[in-house]
Amino acid sequence: MSAAFLIEQGLNGLQFGVMLFLMAAGLTLIFGVMGVINLAHGALYMVGAFACALVAPEAGFWAGLGAGIVAAAGLGALIELSVIRPLYARDHLDQVLATFALILIVSEGARMVSGGRPLWLDMPAALAGSVTLPGGVPYPVYRLALIGAGLGVGLLLWLLIRQTRLGIRIRAGQADREMIDALGVDIARLYTVVFALGAGLAGLAGAMVGALQSVEVGMGEPVLILAFVIIVIGGIGSIRGAFVAALLVGLTDTAGRIFLPALLALAWPPAEATAIGSALASMSIYVLMAAVLAVRPRGLFPAHG
Amino acid sequence: MAEAAPVLEVSGLSKRFGALIATDAVDLDIRPGEIHALIGPNGAGKSTLVAQIAGQLAQDAGEIRLAGQEISGLSVAARARAGLGRTFQVTSVALELSALGNAMLAVQARASGLWGFWRRAAADRRLIEPAMAALARFDLDGRAQVPAAALSHGERRQLELAMAAALAPRVLLLDEPMAGLGAGGVGPLSDILEGLKAETPMLLIEHDMDAVFRLADRISVLAEGRIVFAGSAAEVQASALVREIYLGTA
Amino acid sequence: MAEAAAEIAAPARRRLPEWAVNAAIAAALLAWPLLADAAGEPWWAGLAAKAAILALAGVGLNLALGYGGMVSLGHAAFFGIGGYVAAISADAAFSGAGVLGLPGSDRMLPIWLAAMALSALVALGIGAISLRTEGVYFIMITLAFAQMIYYLAISWPAYGGEDGMPIYLRNGFPGMDTNAPLDFALVCLGALAAALLLSWRLTEARFGRALICARMNPLRLATLGMEPFPVKLAAFVISAAITGLAGALYADLNGYVSPAMLGWHTSGEIIVFVILGGTGRLFGPVAGAVLYVWLETLLGGVTVHWQMGLGLVLLGVVLFGRGGLIGLLCGARRHG
Repeated sequence: MSAAFLIEQGLNGLQFGVMLFLMAAGLTLIFGVMGVINLAHGALYMVGAFACALVAPEAGFWAGLGAGIVAAAGLGALIELSVIRPLYARDHLDQVLATFALILIVSEGARMVSGGRPLWLDMPAALAGSVTLPGGVPYPVYRLALIGAGLGVGLLLWLLIRQTRLGIRIRAGQADREMIDALGVDIARLYTVVFALGAGLAGLAGAMVGALQSVEVGMGEPVLILAFVIIVIGGIGSIRGAFVAALLVGLTDTAGRIFLPALLALAWPPAEATAIGSALASMSIYVLMAAVLAVRPRGLFPAHG
Repeated sequence: MAEAAPVLEVSGLSKRFGALIATDAVDLDIRPGEIHALIGPNGAGKSTLVAQIAGQLAQDAGEIRLAGQEISGLSVAARARAGLGRTFQVTSVALELSALGNAMLAVQARASGLWGFWRRAAADRRLIEPAMAALARFDLDGRAQVPAAALSHGERRQLELAMAAALAPRVLLLDEPMAGLGAGGVGPLSDILEGLKAETPMLLIEHDMDAVFRLADRISVLAEGRIVFAGSAAEVQASALVREIYLGTA
Repeated sequence: MAEAAAEIAAPARRRLPEWAVNAAIAAALLAWPLLADAAGEPWWAGLAAKAAILALAGVGLNLALGYGGMVSLGHAAFFGIGGYVAAISADAAFSGAGVLGLPGSDRMLPIWLAAMALSALVALGIGAISLRTEGVYFIMITLAFAQMIYYLAISWPAYGGEDGMPIYLRNGFPGMDTNAPLDFALVCLGALAAALLLSWRLTEARFGRALICARMNPLRLATLGMEPFPVKLAAFVISAAITGLAGALYADLNGYVSPAMLGWHTSGEIIVFVILGGTGRLFGPVAGAVLYVWLETLLGGVTVHWQMGLGLVLLGVVLFGRGGLIGLLCGARRHG
């Protein structure tokens, strides 16, 4: 296992983690401010990817990217206004069910639009090449761009929450729902904006990942579940926790896939080692989550109390 | 009644939340046959103190002894089994169950065979009879079949007391039992508590000063987490210090 | 509390007694395969078996979710474990190889026992960790544990990986020809009846009272001297065993198991059965599963996009029809 290989895989893990962060940030923001658990977040990711894949061939990748964000944010705002709003006072079970229903509806809608066939999205020409990593391994520029974009968006989000009026309101909402009343903030509008912001982040992640994999119905769900694991590990409601946990999960997942089969190959025949190793690797992040929760039942960075 | 061994003895109990000292080296005891009232302005730390005695909150320092036995390592349920009864400031009965169902729940906790998986509880005479007796004692036997959700506020308070008493605790912690009762409800409830104290001594936290002065054998005054004064009703009423920190602001 | 308040405030509307509605559902469910068989429509008898099995899975979940307030988004784990136990056992009996030193079996009764035992054992582990948390954390952790088992099934090659594994011959039941749709439907209905009886007695017993209190007010239960944790854990384990039994039957119904049985969509669907029918109502999951199967059949006959219809119905129930079908017919729930 050469150093170059490790760098390459490390970057893959980082890129995966950064994409997961975009998903998890939206989820945890929505939960932190509104106390809503949104299973349909993966569907918004899928909508972002579909919008990008439909628009990009006509108007270019960057227009597609914009379309992905706008479509997901717009649908998010619509969902907040129509479905989520009556559910704020309800228990989590109702929220789970309503957003589960939304998944069925949005997925079926996407299937109608796409005819059930996967779509493919070309990456922009400017980012299509590869660079040579130290050690001589070529690495796709696009993946590096994703890492950069993800970190950049993370930084923007941090600035937004720390430095802007919207951020102050969001933090007030996380700390104390009655306080935003006292601040004279229009809560209804704040909630719609936060929901749309979270949805837009999911749409952005979906649009960017669309160039790396096929765009199809159901693509959001594995990512959604990983994002859940991340916000549970990080502490629900904490953006900082989501960032740390996303990188942890991205790297654990990648490392598990590489090292576990190799490790087991020391004791078992290669074929079995590969099979068992990959089984254990798939489970590794859940084991990570169980381990974190066994020690800290409210995650690494508990947001409330 | 002066020198019987205390049933509940709290010594040096302390709890802080960050910079806020919620409970500051509190010493307190409850002796057989007495009602010991704990009063103090809002935010004095009364509820935090009760939560620590009941086991909801772990204290930072100090000891809690029930009948001479240290209980601070025990869970809420284990303390309840050891004989610590409690009612809540916000009424908390199981609203889906009837008054009788709630009382039976209290009885089944004490009766052996808590883990009945098969026999219908509603037909179990070993539960019904003591539960009805507990309700009767608090004038609720006529309302046994009414869902707790449909009971009046005062009736729920009575039900809560009936449940606590059905456990036959060694001592009862009552967190504002008179709250929200109105003038007509305080008198009857006071009579009930008066009748109960010989059997079950109580720590009474209450804002209704008339009730406190009528019922309490001893009164401790809590302010900013510390016991600042302890004495009889007459002594408390006469105390300039108490008037200043408490009655003066009331 | 809101529910109780609504009950007081609700105008005196005519409600059907719950026992009568339950009896009608039971009678209809029994008549369904009998009539289908008499009419020479074995496919409809098979559909009745499916409804009974899904209802059984829901009856299991209802114990945890409806009575115990544990919103498990991971019951697919137990459903799938039951299914894999049935398939692996039948396979081992077929090949004579055995599993982990145990002989395989192609008889339903030992398979059911094993399916329930293994589901219960796994639930004991999952529950012991998950019940340390509450609210949203509980939902997500049960989901994550189920995913863990899902990925294990996908990547473990011995039992078919992503493709799942077949059951070539439906497992047998004494005195029944399980390959006949009517007989199989009756076996499924028998299992459902047994689970309903168990569920009814449990919830009416001391244990059930304690469980209801643990859901509504765990601190109150503790104040009465009962630890909420073991009560909830026991309910979670029994709940998982019943759902595991449903999984074993489902594998026999379809003649194969696949990781999809373990997938989180399955968990969501089991919750849907409970909600459509009415949470915490004895026959809620039965009504819900029947409704689900009919929606699937009727809408599915009209359009391949029937899941959108299901989503809209579900959304309508959540937003406007709290209490589900039983709640609509009988009013808000009440316990002794």
